[in-house]
Amino acid sequence: MILTSAALAILVTMLLAIIRALLGPTIYDRILAVNMFGTKTVLLIAVIAGIAGRGDYLDIALVYAMINFIAIVAVMKYFEYGSLGSIGNDAPGKQEGE
Amino acid sequence: MLEQLIDIFLLAFLAIISIAIVRIRNVFTAVMLFGIYSLVSASLFMILDAADVAFTEAAVGAGISTILMLATLSLVGRDREKPLVKKKISFLPLVIVLVTGATLVYGIVDLPPFGAADNPVHTHVAPRYIFQSMSEIDVPNLVTAVLASYRGFDTLGEVVVIFTAGIGVLLLIGGRRRKEENADE
Repeated sequence: MILTSAALAILVTMLLAIIRALLGPTIYDRILAVNMFGTKTVLLIAVIAGIAGRGDYLDIALVYAMINFIAIVAVMKYFEYGSLGSIGNDAPGKQEGE
Repeated sequence: MLEQLIDIFLLAFLAIISIAIVRIRNVFTAVMLFGIYSLVSASLFMILDAADVAFTEAAVGAGISTILMLATLSLVGRDREKPLVKKKISFLPLVIVLVTGATLVYGIVDLPPFGAADNPVHTHVAPRYIFQSMSEIDVPNLVTAVLASYRGFDTLGEVVVIFTAGIGVLLLIGGRRRKEENADE
């Protein structure tokens, strides 16, 4: 019962995140919406693991959390520096993050 | 009951996001929405109990594809927007799509029922995999035994395809850097 209500709440939150990603006036709203949607996906998989009684799904939820983190870091880096490394606008040979 | 509800929610998400991706002008927003799309389809794969496919979808779709598209955006310019195409309704593509879809739906009518135990897919080679893979291959994981040994050539072909794609990406991304370094000298 509690898992069911948790799943429903997570689905509603996912819907709200999608709405924010669609409407979001600034780019930060959209980045935050994607990040939150990824987190909700992790939670949804964890709840599904509880409902289906499959403990091994939790590993997949953990991997999703890591992938989500890496993707968001890439997005933020792109947004901060305008590129993902020294390929684009940065001076060649310059270390990233300087 | 709950699974159907989650399915309905996730499929509705997919439809909403697809329409939004088609209609939105800002390219960066489209990339962000692609990420959400991949996460939703990965959840759908999870519900279908295809964990390995869901892994791949999340890693490739939400992770690598987003990063690759962002790398492309950093090369072509962040603020680029899709040009506003003139809205001209043409019916021929719609008719072709509808006819193709109807043909596909007609084609699945005489398929065996979904999930039935006596389907050909369950009676052909699956029993041999299940009962003899331990004595033939000696690998405890069935899926690994099938992928690495029974379908070894198939897997080799897939690896070649992925290797070729990796070489292509490296050539595309790495070639430009070398040119810039040469220009700098």
